[in-house]
Order: sequence, then C-alpha cells, then structure tokens
Amino acid sequence: MSTQTHPTSTATDAGRTATPAVEVVDLVKRYPKATVNAVDGVSFAVAPGEVFGLLGPNGAGKTTTIGVLTTRVRKTSGRASVTGIDVTADPVGARSVIGVVPQRPNLDRSLDAKGNLVWHAAYHGVPRARRGPLADELLERMGLSDKASTNPDQLSGGQAQRLIIARGLMHDPRVLFLDEPSTGLDPQARLFVHDRVAELAASGVTIVLTTHDMDEAAKLSDRVGIVDHGELLKLDTPANLVAGLSGSATVDLDVTGLDPEQLRGRLGVVRGVAGAEVLATPDEGPSRLRVRVEGEAGAALPGLLEEVTTAGGRVSDVGLGEPTLEDVFIDLTGRGLR
Amino acid sequence: MTRSAAEPERAVMTAVTETEPFRRVSPRRAFLGVLGRDVAVTGKELGSFISQVLVQPFFLLFVFGKVLSELGYIAPGYAQLLLPGLLALNAFLVAVQAVALPLVIDFSYTKEIEDRLLAPLSTRMVAVEKIVFGAIRGLIGSLVMIPVGYLVLDEVSWNLAGLPLSALLLVLGALAGGASGLVIGTSVSPRRINIVFAVVITPLLFTGSTQFPFLQIGSLRWFQVICALNPITYVAEGLRGVLTPQIPHLPTWLCIAALVFACVLFGAIGIRGFVRRALD
Repeated sequence: MSTQTHPTSTATDAGRTATPAVEVVDLVKRYPKATVNAVDGVSFAVAPGEVFGLLGPNGAGKTTTIGVLTTRVRKTSGRASVTGIDVTADPVGARSVIGVVPQRPNLDRSLDAKGNLVWHAAYHGVPRARRGPLADELLERMGLSDKASTNPDQLSGGQAQRLIIARGLMHDPRVLFLDEPSTGLDPQARLFVHDRVAELAASGVTIVLTTHDMDEAAKLSDRVGIVDHGELLKLDTPANLVAGLSGSATVDLDVTGLDPEQLRGRLGVVRGVAGAEVLATPDEGPSRLRVRVEGEAGAALPGLLEEVTTAGGRVSDVGLGEPTLEDVFIDLTGRGLR
Repeated sequence: MTRSAAEPERAVMTAVTETEPFRRVSPRRAFLGVLGRDVAVTGKELGSFISQVLVQPFFLLFVFGKVLSELGYIAPGYAQLLLPGLLALNAFLVAVQAVALPLVIDFSYTKEIEDRLLAPLSTRMVAVEKIVFGAIRGLIGSLVMIPVGYLVLDEVSWNLAGLPLSALLLVLGALAGGASGLVIGTSVSPRRINIVFAVVITPLLFTGSTQFPFLQIGSLRWFQVICALNPITYVAEGLRGVLTPQIPHLPTWLCIAALVFACVLFGAIGIRGFVRRALD
C-alpha cells in the first residue's frame, strides 16, 4: 500500500502522541419525541492505531454514537472529535479524515463496483490520476478484482461489504468506522471481513467498530466498551474484562421441572459457585442457566447436579466452558446479548 | 477538558494538516466531484433521458402546433406562441423530476446518497448540488426542444438578439425547477410521491402560460391569478418577450425578478428540508 502511506510520517507520529484518534466526552443524544436518551453520557478515547470495539445489544446506542462521530447525527450535548477535529464545529474537516462502513449497504447502484470507488475518491478530492490505480489496488486487496465492472446489485452480501470497506479506504482515512461489519454475512464471508479488518489494523489505521457479537468484539478489538441503554458500562481489553469476572469456568445447565429464578438462588450458594444467571426461559422446553464456578468446571459439576435433583428438577443437557465477554455482559446487565 | 488545554491540540493538528496538503480538500473540488457523478450517470443513460424528456412536449407540439393548425382549428402563428412555452415547460419540469424522485427514493430506501453526504462538503452544498444538477437536466431537456420545434413546425421565426436573455431566463427557470424538486423530494414520503406528482405536475403543465399568453386571459381573472403563482409563467412570458416580442407578454424585468424570487424561496425551503433529512 505505498500510495496509502503518508508522505510525512514523522509529522503524523508527532501529532498522534498528542491527539487521540477519537475522543468522546459526556456525549448525550436524545432524538426528538424520544422519552429516553439514545446515548446517555458516554465518554471514551481511542488511541491512534487502536482497534476499539463497542459491544452491546441492538438499540444500546452504538450506532447513534458512531452516527455522531461520523457527522450524520447531531449530538444533544457533550463533545465528540476525530483526530482532534470537533465533529460539530467542523464536520467538513472531520469527514475528510474518516472512512465509514455503515450498517446497511448503501452502494451507488447507478455505478459499477469500480465506479463506486473512483467516484468516492472524486468526492474526496483524490487527484484524478490516482483514483483508478488506487481503486484497482483496493479491489485486489478485497478479493474483488474480477468484480470491477459488476453492478452492486449483483454482488453477494460479503462482496458488497468488502466493496464498502474498500470505498471507505479510498481517501486514505485516519479513522475507519465499521458499524456491525459482519452482520448478515455467512461464516466464510465473515472470516474474510475479519481478516481484512485485522490487516488494516496492522497497517496503522485506527478502527472503531460496533457489534453485538462477543466473539467478533473479542477477536478484533484491542479494547472493548460494553454499552447498554445508552451508557458505557465498562471499558477494558477483552482479556481484562473476562479476568475481572469472579469464577474461572462456566457450567450451562438445561433444566426442566423447576422455577428457574428459584433454582438460580439455590445454585448460587452451592460451594465453589461464584455466580449464576438465567440465560433463557422458553415457553416450552428446558430453561437454561449459566453458573460461574471457581476452579475446574468438572469438579463443580456433581454438586450442581445434586442440587438440581434435590430440588426436584431434571437436567437434560450440560455444557462446560470458559467465561467470555458475553458473561461480562450478563454480569453487568443481568441478561444475555440478543 | 478545558478550552486552554484544547488549543495546543488544534495547533498540532494544523501542523499535520499543513504538511499533508491533500488532507484538506477544497469544497469546490468536492462539489465538482459530487456534480461530476450525477452528470456522468446522466451521460451513461443519455438516450433514455432524451427520449423521456422529448415525448410529451413533442406530441403537444405536433398536435397543437401542426395537426390542429393544418385542420384550421387553430389560427396560423399559434406555433410561434407555443414553442417558447414548451421550452419553458421543459426547463422547469424536467428539473423538478430530476431532483424530486431520486431524492425520495434515496432518503427512504436505498440510502445511496449517504456516501455523498460524507464527502468533505457542507450538507447545504450537497443540496445546492442537487439543484444545480436538476437545472442542468432541465436545460438539456429545454434545448433539445429547439431542433424538434424547427423540424415539426413550419414557421418559427425568433428575434435572435433575444438569445442571451433567453438563456438567462432558461437558467433561472431550470434552477427554480431544481429548487422546487428539492422541496418535493425532501418533504414527500415515497408512498405519496405518485399522487403528489399527479396532482402537482399536471396543473403546473397547464397553468404555466405555456399554451396561451398570460396577458390575454384577463377575462378569466381567477385563472390568471393561478397562473401568476406558477413559476413557469415567468419563463414562458419572458421567453416570448425576448424571442417573439410581437405577442403580448409580461415585462422581462418582472419575469427575471419573479424567477429570482422563486429560486430563493424554494431554494431556502428545499435546502432546509434536505439538511433535516440528511442529519438526525
């Protein structure tokens, strides 16, 4: 990517040490006619070159936060800046340093795949002679060289997503925002997108992504902010977030014949148990509970099974695992990620 | 963070910007990029665009200017009156449609315009681009009527000294059309756009003094008042004034003033509507 390199990297590095790539301070957004704040006092800073993930269920305020940072949503109060540029005071300046991959595909269907890239570059004032070669190079990197003259309508979901990422990179942004980058993609396309994001991060682009997928957040992000109901609940590296939980293993139990909340209380006081949550209570079939235990999961299992049996319930399935970001979310909010 | 602490950061940012001149894109370049896209897309479908804008006025011209006058139902010389009216009509209506319909679809379904809203250009200027682009299509739609008129009609004689002023009137009419298209495109829901087009476009078509001279419908006072509210009236009357001055017409200065007023009024409402739709 020689053409994407800044000619004066020393000056850039000097700027980087002084200015966060993204900074949000006490950000509040309330939509007209809404009764609650969509974003309710969120603060965080992203260092240059960092991959920052916002993890939370749908409607948590992730997309609105990204919307403010990408100049498409007007904040109610607080401050938001990218590379030191206040997005409200200077939206035009902010737009020139950000790339945006939206949640919903919005490719220009009056243009072919390469046309989408070339014209995007034109909007951003990339010199005419550089647009074509740069577009070819990015199509190649995204595995779309043979799709250059294809209409976006004819692309698969994964191909369209890669083209949108390529488009976001055409003007060499400092910060790339990816809103739910792999939602709706099949597992293979998802992996390909993950690899491209990791590659970009390695090349020094700052990345802010939102997801409701804990695996994606843990895999891609240097740090993860957990959001719910417009608030940032916790912010740390994925490893630290998980390490902060009490308990070192998890046991999932599918149970029938008992009130799950009551059982949760009983299991919570079994020896070696650090915490218990109800994951699911379907109208029919067994309820699922997750128990976090100290030490090995297998060692705690007999005690848990015995407790269920004593209470008069029946265990139909057992799953053993390690705590993940989802457990962090459950621990913080008392419910699972949708 | 306090204000004084924020200052040095801006200074660093400025320093970085200065060493990387391609970072700050001039708004003019971004504007031309966005306009270039629209023009290029029109260029790709030029054939279908031209046929789209020609069919209706061609038949109006053929039936009223040729068939009926040949049969003797319409006085000779009517074509002389009709052609400037049709130029005016196309300049305005083609511009309205070029802006309104794509915007309704863009904002409601495809969101294709989002990438342009993220260009380093103020949102207002993206709206202005839409007006300018609509006006370009309106002008093309109007100009292609001239050769058609010469081909279909037997006698067309224009005062050629009036061409520069005609150009100005057509540009103003097309801009007013683009601005009106922006108002419709940002205020109408996609479910309603068909009905709005039906109840807005057809009356515009027949109240724009395109098929009759405005001053001679004084006996139908109420109709004259309605026509006075239609911007097309001022394009058509203005064109008659400079191209075919023997036909009674409104004074040119009044036509230009009315069109400038329409551009400013609809432009202001349309740009406001656009910004409201573009930003949450």
